[in-house]
Amino acid sequence: MSDNAIFRAEGLSKTYPGVKANDAISFEVRSGDIHALLGENGAGKSTLVKTIYGLVRPDEGQMWLDGQPFAPADPHAARAAGVGMVFQHFSLFDAMTVAENIALGLDHPPPRRELASRIATLSEEYGLPLNPARRIADLSAGERQRVEIIRALLGNPRLLIMDEPTSVLTPQEAEILFATLKKLAANGTSILYISHKLEEIRANCDRATILRGGRVIDSADPRAHSARELAAMMVGGEMREIDRSGRSPGAELLAVRDLTLAAQSVDGTSLKSVSLQVHTGEVLAIGGVAGNGQEELLSALSGEIPSPVGTVTLEGADLSRMGPTQRRRAGLLAAPEDRLGHAAVPGFSLTDNALLTATVRQDLAPGGMIRHGAARDFTQKVIAEFDVRTPGPDTAARALSGGNLQKFVIGREVLQAPRVLVVNQPTWGVDAGAAASIRQALLNLAAGGAGVIVISQDLDELLELGDRFCALNGGQLSDPRPVEGLSLDEIGLMLGGAHGTEVAHVDA
Amino acid sequence: MWTLEPRSDAPLIWQIATPIMAVIATMLTGALLFGLMGYDPVAAIRTIFWDPLFGASAGYSRPQLLVKAGPLILIACGLAVGFRAGIWNIGAEGQYIMGGIAGAAVALAAYPAEGWWIFPAMVIAGAFGGWVWGMIPAMLRNWFGASEILVSLMLVYVAQKIAAWMAFGPMRNPEGFGMPGSRNLSQYASASNPEMFPGTGIHWGVIAAAFAVFGVWVLMSRHIRGLQIRAAGEAPRAARFAGVKPSALVAFCLGLSGALAGMAGLFEAAGPAGQITDGFGSGYGFTAIIVAFLGRLHPVGIVLAGLLMALTYIGGDIAQLMLQMPAATVQVFQGMLLFYLLGFDLLTRYRIRRRVTA
Repeated sequence: MSDNAIFRAEGLSKTYPGVKANDAISFEVRSGDIHALLGENGAGKSTLVKTIYGLVRPDEGQMWLDGQPFAPADPHAARAAGVGMVFQHFSLFDAMTVAENIALGLDHPPPRRELASRIATLSEEYGLPLNPARRIADLSAGERQRVEIIRALLGNPRLLIMDEPTSVLTPQEAEILFATLKKLAANGTSILYISHKLEEIRANCDRATILRGGRVIDSADPRAHSARELAAMMVGGEMREIDRSGRSPGAELLAVRDLTLAAQSVDGTSLKSVSLQVHTGEVLAIGGVAGNGQEELLSALSGEIPSPVGTVTLEGADLSRMGPTQRRRAGLLAAPEDRLGHAAVPGFSLTDNALLTATVRQDLAPGGMIRHGAARDFTQKVIAEFDVRTPGPDTAARALSGGNLQKFVIGREVLQAPRVLVVNQPTWGVDAGAAASIRQALLNLAAGGAGVIVISQDLDELLELGDRFCALNGGQLSDPRPVEGLSLDEIGLMLGGAHGTEVAHVDA
Repeated sequence: MWTLEPRSDAPLIWQIATPIMAVIATMLTGALLFGLMGYDPVAAIRTIFWDPLFGASAGYSRPQLLVKAGPLILIACGLAVGFRAGIWNIGAEGQYIMGGIAGAAVALAAYPAEGWWIFPAMVIAGAFGGWVWGMIPAMLRNWFGASEILVSLMLVYVAQKIAAWMAFGPMRNPEGFGMPGSRNLSQYASASNPEMFPGTGIHWGVIAAAFAVFGVWVLMSRHIRGLQIRAAGEAPRAARFAGVKPSALVAFCLGLSGALAGMAGLFEAAGPAGQITDGFGSGYGFTAIIVAFLGRLHPVGIVLAGLLMALTYIGGDIAQLMLQMPAATVQVFQGMLLFYLLGFDLLTRYRIRRRVTA
C-alpha cells in the first residue's frame, strides 16, 4: 500500500446467484486523486461501489479507509467513516426546498439556520451555486445534482463516489462539475468517478481502474492512453468503427407540421409549433436536455398522444388521429427512453414484451389469438441478432441489465423493418460496446432506406449518427442544421447554452 | 434484525402455497376462537369443513356445493379480469342484484305465456342489467375520473334499495296475499332454472360458470387482449405504448364483470332463490372478491376457491343448526381467509432475510 492511499481494497468478491459480480478486486485510491472506475455494464462497477458505500456486503476481501480496516454494515456506517456517494438517479423530493431535502438526507441534521449557512459556505467554496430556499421542482438536472453533492459534502467525506454524474448534464453544466471536483481533490477529498465517457475521463481523471467481467483488468493513467485504447481495455478487444457509409437521403417520409400540444401533466412540457421532416435513408438528430419536450415528442409520434388533424403524416398519409397500433401498421415505430415500465413491462417475459409492439407487423396474433411459437421465434431472433445476454425468451424483462434490455427494445423495433423509427435516449446507461452496436443498427436501418429520428442528450452520439441536427428546448424545435461542419459551440448555442450556466451566476 | 427483501420473481411454489397456508391458518385461528367461545374446536372445524361433504347428511348438502359455488365462480371470473388490469370492481353484488331484477322482469312481463325463448331472453336481460350497472362506474371514471372502487361499491346500496322497492312495489306477486316478493319463478316452467341432474346441484348457472372459466382462461393466456389487460395492470404506460386505450379497457373490464355478475343474479333469481325479494342480494358479489384473490386471479384457482367458499357457506349453516353457533361464523371465516391470504402474499413478493448488524 503506498503511503498516500486513502482507500484500498484487497480481494473483494461478491457472488450473486449465477454470476460472480466481483472477483478478487484489488485497487487503491490515492489521496487527492480523481480516480475513474471504467467498465462496461455488468463489469461489476455498481457492485463494487455499493460495497464501498455499505449497501452490499462482500463475500470475501477487505477494505481499508485511511489505513483503518473498513467494513461498513450500511450506508450510515459508511458515511460516518467518511465515504459519500452521489447516485445517478437523484433521491430528492420535488415539493420541498433545497435546504429541506438536504436536512432529510443527513443522519444528524444541524439546526436550520446553521444548515443554511453551511450550505452557503460549501457552495461558495466549491463553486456550486445553489439557493437553499428554492423548490427542487424548479431546478435543472445540474442544480439537482449540486444538491446531492452538497448533501454528500456536509458529511466531510474523505472519499466521494460519483456514479455517472454527467449523464444528465449539458456540456456547460459538466464543466462546472469538473471545476468543483478538481477543487475538492485539491483540498484532499478523493473522488471515485464512474463513467462511460472516455474523453471526459481522459480530460479530468488522474488514475483509472478498468473492470471487465468482475475483475480488475488494468490500472492506468488515462491521459497516457487514447480513448480507443481505453475502450479496447474495457471491452477486451478492438472497438468497432462506426460505419456511416451507404446512405443517401431521398424522398420525404415523415413530416410533422406545426404540432402544438398542451402539457399532459403539471410537470410536463408543452410542444410549441414543432415542425420536422425525415427523409428516406436519413438520421435526424434531436438534442437537448431531458424534460424539454423529448418524451412528449416521442409520445406524439408513437401515437400515445393523438394530435390535431394534419400534423403528423407518413408518406402523405395522415396519422395524426391514429393510435399506436395503426401507426405501427403504417410503419411508424418508436422506442421510448424509459425501458422498464414504458418500453417494456418489467414482470413480463421477453416473449410477452415482444408481443406488446410486434404483434401487428409480425402477424403474431391473427384474429386476436396469440401464436406463441411465432412470438418466441421472433424473440429468439431479436436476442440473437442484437446479442441480448439473457438465459432465454422466457426471462422477465426486469431480470435483464439495463444495457441488455435496451438492446432488446431497440432490436424488437428494428427487426420489424420500420419505415420510420423514433428512438429516445437509445444508449442511456448502456456500456460502450452495446452502445456501438445499437448505433450501428440504427445507421444500418437508415442505410436500408428507412428514416430514423434519434432524440438524445448525448451530443457525441448525435454527431456520430445524425445527418441533420436540431435542438429541442422548452418544447420548441430549432431549425435543422447539417451535422457536417457543426461545432460544439454552435450546438451549445442551439441548445440555449445559457441553460445551467445562467443560474451559475446567481448568488447563492 | 429481520428484514424484507423484494423478490425479482414470484416463485410458483409460493403462489400455490400461500392460499393453502391461508386456509390452514384460518382453520387454526377458527378453532382457537371457537374454543374460547366454549365450543369443541375439533367438532366445529369438522362440522364446517368435513361434514358437508362426508357427514351424515352429506346427501343433502353435497349438491349445495355446486349451487353455491356456481355464482361465486361466475362472478369471480369476471372480477379477476378487471383485477388483473388494475380496475377494481367492488360492486359485483349490485350488478348481481340488478341482473336478477332485469331477468326476472322479462319473465314477469311474459307471464303466463310459455315459450322456449323466454329463458334465453331472461339470461340476456340479466347480463344486460349487470352490464348497465357496471358501465355506470366505468363511464364516471372515464368522463370525470371518479374512483370506480367507491362508485361501484355505493351502487350496491342503490341496487339493494331498488330490490326492496321491486319486492314491495312493481314486482309484488298479485296472488301473494300481500306478502312482499315477486312470483316464484321456479313454479313457472318457461322461466325456471331447475336442477338439471338430480342430486348434483347443477343448474344453468353452473354450466355458465364452466363456460366462463374456460373463456377467461382463453382470454387471459391465449388472446392478445388478455396480454394487454395484464400489461395495463402491471405497467399502464407500457400498455398505452402497446396501443391499449385506457378508457376502452375500463369499459371492457367493468362491463364484462358486470354482465357475468348480472347473469349469476338471474340464474339465482330463476333457480335457487326463485323470486325477487327485498333481501335478494345474499353477499355472493362480495364473497366473489375473496374467491378471485384466493384463486390467484387464475381460472383454475378460482374454481378451487369457489368450491372452498361454498363449503364454508354450507358448513356454516350446518354448524349453526347442529352446534348453535352464531350466524356470523361464516363471515368471520371468510374475512379471516382474505386477511391471511393477503398477509401470506407478502411471501410471494418478498423474502425474509436475517440481517446481521455490525
